[in-house]
Amino acid sequence: MDLMLEVKNLKTGFDIDGQIYHAVDDVSFSVEPGKIVGIVGESGCGKSVMSLSVMQLLPKGIGQITGGEIKFQGKNIENYTNNQMNQIRGKDISMIFQEPMTSLNPVFTIGSQIEEIILNHNKISKAEARERAINLLRQVGIPRVETIIDEYPHQLSGGMRQRIMIAIAIACQPQLLIADEPTTALDVTVQAQILELLKKIQEQNNMSIILITHDLGVVAELCDEVIIMYAGKIVERTNVDKLFYDPQHPYTKLLMASIPRLDIEVDTLETIQGIVPSLKNMPKVGCRFMDRCPSAMPQCKTITPKLAEITDNHEVACLLFEASNSEKGVS
Amino acid sequence: MESTLKEKDNLLEVIDLKTYYPIKGGFLRQTVGHVKAVDNVSFAIKNGETLGLVGESGCGKSTTGRTILRLLDATEGQIVFNGQDITKLKGKSLREIRKDIQMVFQDPYASLNPMQMVGNIVAEPIMNYQKKSLNSLKDEVMALLKKVGLPEDAYYKYAHEFSGGQRQRIGIARALALRPKLIIADEPVSALDVSVQSQVLNLLKELQEEFDLTFLFIAHDLSVVKHMSDRIGVMYLGNIVEIADKEHIYDEPLHPYTQALISAIPVPDPRKKSQRIVLQGDIPSPANPPQGCPFHPRCPKAMAECSLTKPTLKEVKPGHRVACHLYNNDTDKQ
Repeated sequence: MDLMLEVKNLKTGFDIDGQIYHAVDDVSFSVEPGKIVGIVGESGCGKSVMSLSVMQLLPKGIGQITGGEIKFQGKNIENYTNNQMNQIRGKDISMIFQEPMTSLNPVFTIGSQIEEIILNHNKISKAEARERAINLLRQVGIPRVETIIDEYPHQLSGGMRQRIMIAIAIACQPQLLIADEPTTALDVTVQAQILELLKKIQEQNNMSIILITHDLGVVAELCDEVIIMYAGKIVERTNVDKLFYDPQHPYTKLLMASIPRLDIEVDTLETIQGIVPSLKNMPKVGCRFMDRCPSAMPQCKTITPKLAEITDNHEVACLLFEASNSEKGVS
Repeated sequence: MESTLKEKDNLLEVIDLKTYYPIKGGFLRQTVGHVKAVDNVSFAIKNGETLGLVGESGCGKSTTGRTILRLLDATEGQIVFNGQDITKLKGKSLREIRKDIQMVFQDPYASLNPMQMVGNIVAEPIMNYQKKSLNSLKDEVMALLKKVGLPEDAYYKYAHEFSGGQRQRIGIARALALRPKLIIADEPVSALDVSVQSQVLNLLKELQEEFDLTFLFIAHDLSVVKHMSDRIGVMYLGNIVEIADKEHIYDEPLHPYTQALISAIPVPDPRKKSQRIVLQGDIPSPANPPQGCPFHPRCPKAMAECSLTKPTLKEVKPGHRVACHLYNNDTDKQ
């Protein structure tokens, strides 16, 4: 099989007061083996919901996949039962969460939490599992491994806990790792350590990584391909070089210009007026960025833009680039 | 130590400031130790200037801000504001000073009273200090809300009806209400999304120009601090390790910690691969700081001397002060 993960027309809805609102609306993308794909967007754009959909970890009874396909190594997994998912979760696909403070169980030792996942997916003895856990902790750069393995999460710093999370995530050598804001809660010097570690492990194991972040610096540093999301939809997708040197969607351009940078000095930053529309107030038709877009045209209100390739490996969802509108287009 | 200002145009001078939190323990809840949150911090801010304080979590930057505002009591040292030593002020005279120093808080969700109308939140500081008719008070609050970019009907709404960025604007309007001389902004944008963050940063800069404000800008994000500040102080474990004009801090950082901190920031440009200095280990606990230089256990350039004596902040170039043994006169001065 060619692709590691293929998501087609995925829709994930949340039940609010008896009505379904879509936090992820018709999203398609794919991840190639050994590639790092970044998903960028502001809070509420659906990037975390999308990763939870792939893992089928949506809150039960509230969130559900309402349409589309998720193919992992060629097999459709969107209809897998919980038991079937348990076979691949942690083993073939695993996940690192944002909050290293709250994603570890406070009442079990570090060692037992790593051994648990190894024992779940492998028929080996407890002693062997512990041996593997020790090796994993060494691999993620934990000092004093023999003592720390018997300690509890609260005895460790945030950076150390995130290393433990990574050790758990790579315990069974998954082919796909979903990292949801893995460094957002960490200080920059610790973030640098963790990014370095992720990169090293990715190269060693030849994993694919989906890296969810809002930090464009992290994207530039680590990713091969980038997806920009806005209000539940993909607005632009391309490789990292084109994204930074030839961004096309008005949202992407503004996002790039609104971050203060160390290497470029400006007096006033670009701003994006207004805020992301809430789930309940999402426009049914038309472009969702229209109200905040400096290049908005009348037809943006009535025509929903589709994600389409404008040049090789560069997809944008904006009416400015749709052929039928190009003659009216302004930029 | 005299309490007069060293330079006439300094609005604030902080001299050898220490703020320790006691650790209570044992049967009688006796003090068994101290968390040295701020351990020897000195700096000055000129009128109309923005001084940025950067550092990682737990380095004492927020405690420094709170001590200057006298929300916390200094353990040692002096805070001189506008020519007056305010370190030990109490009662009426402290109240008078407070109207000149205001704060913008980090969390716009927790720092606004959910039970009060926005109009009242912004009016409260004015009512505290001035006798005004209801009408003129309302006019003033409306003008403030407009100034920070909020619609007029915001007056009658409650904080929960606003987004994070708008709430931060309310917090800024409240801080502006008494026309303070100094505003301490403690991580004012770290809870906001990038597109909203830039709106608030631009607003703060506009207001600074219009009202001739002086800022102490505290943040962990170096790009944000660089954008906002004229000068920058880098803190580590309760100490200022380097302080200089922002160009000097970024173009030629001298302290190994500053160098590592700057190199650790991912550059949003895939064609520039940064030469990264990855530090080992974590920040030690301020309850039990290492002997000698606080940074020496993680420092890639540590020497024998570093674990023995604590370096003091020395001026190595005009306006550029560093606390590091690498720049002692008798050793290899660079």
